[in-house]
Amino acid sequence: MSVLRDLATIVLVSAGAVFFLAGTAGLLRFPDPLTRLHALTKADNLGLGLMVIGLLPQAEGILAGLKLVVVWLLAQLAGASATRLVARAVRRQS
Amino acid sequence: MSVGLALDAGLALLASVLALWVVVARQAFAAVVGFVAFGLVLSLAWVRLAAVDVSMTEAAIGSGVTGAVMLTAVTRLRRMRPVAAAERCGRWTRTISIAASGLVSAGLAALAFSPTDPAPTLAPQAAAALPELGVGNAITGTLLAYRSVDTLLEKIVLLLALAGIWSLARDSAWGARPAPPGSGRRDDTLTLLGQVLPPLGIVVGIYIVWVGADAPGGAFQGGAILAAMWILVLMARLADPPAVGRIGVRLAATIGPIVFLAIGFAGFALPGGFLSYPPGFAKPFIIVIEVALTFSIAVVLGLLVLGPPVRGTER
Repeated sequence: MSVLRDLATIVLVSAGAVFFLAGTAGLLRFPDPLTRLHALTKADNLGLGLMVIGLLPQAEGILAGLKLVVVWLLAQLAGASATRLVARAVRRQS
Repeated sequence: MSVGLALDAGLALLASVLALWVVVARQAFAAVVGFVAFGLVLSLAWVRLAAVDVSMTEAAIGSGVTGAVMLTAVTRLRRMRPVAAAERCGRWTRTISIAASGLVSAGLAALAFSPTDPAPTLAPQAAAALPELGVGNAITGTLLAYRSVDTLLEKIVLLLALAGIWSLARDSAWGARPAPPGSGRRDDTLTLLGQVLPPLGIVVGIYIVWVGADAPGGAFQGGAILAAMWILVLMARLADPPAVGRIGVRLAATIGPIVFLAIGFAGFALPGGFLSYPPGFAKPFIIVIEVALTFSIAVVLGLLVLGPPVRGTER
């Protein structure tokens, strides 16, 4: 059972890391601010989400797991708001 | 072990590169962004050194609040560029500062690369002398015995910084409100964030102060989070910055040190000595001090980010 749990963690966290890598590559390579934001949000949402899901089996108790989920939700809220603000600033400028 | 070593090496490299970036960046905005990233990498490094308290303070104060202060400064500098851009320090100033900082770095490196075993520490002596120091020379004793004095002095430094920033105000603006942070425009996204996040953030801030008694956390980290929530509300234009001339603002900024000093001096009358708490009541007193300090820290950090008061027309 514990092997299965560790395996799930490794697979999900690695998948999350792939999204972070892809998001970083997009941030560096995409041509304009709006597409770069698009790449960045994938790392925030899916990358962090997959990592949190992957870490849940390793959490000590329900409270620690809940904290992880809250961290993800807060990062979602902050990420979405910041992205919208940056996008709006870009549109005002152009 | 080798994975940890690789991680540490990566963090050290990243921190060095970012530090270099902050120094050589051409634009002030880019340098500030680098500085914030540098602070976050540094806070990860503190976690690797098992100093979670320091890490939280670095992330909250070093990176967060200082970053916000510097971003505000950069925005304001843009408006007065013609005056400020011409300044460039001379060849000798540069040579001397490069030589001096190189000397400090070399000295630190020499110390770091020749570790003594066991590492020099005053901890055992301090622990052994605690009982005597508690009643002996009050100030030396408290400096060694109570970490709280650190907090008091840090707090006074914050007040001095606030006085410095306020002293930049024009005479005609003295006592008025600082300009609202950010663009000053209303924005739906910010309004939503300013309504949703503060209730959560205030709970987290208070929790971090409370848990500071036996886990990483404390007045500074919690205060920084509370200040961030206040700034967010002001940025969303859900409230106005307070007029700095108001007695309530002054009181809010100083209530922490006042309570601290009052309880400290009360020690002379009650158990005999600066900052000695009456037996059995140490914990409640410490909690009262921490709560008052956190409140003041939050107010002062917020006011530091807001900057000097301005006249109505400059807003």
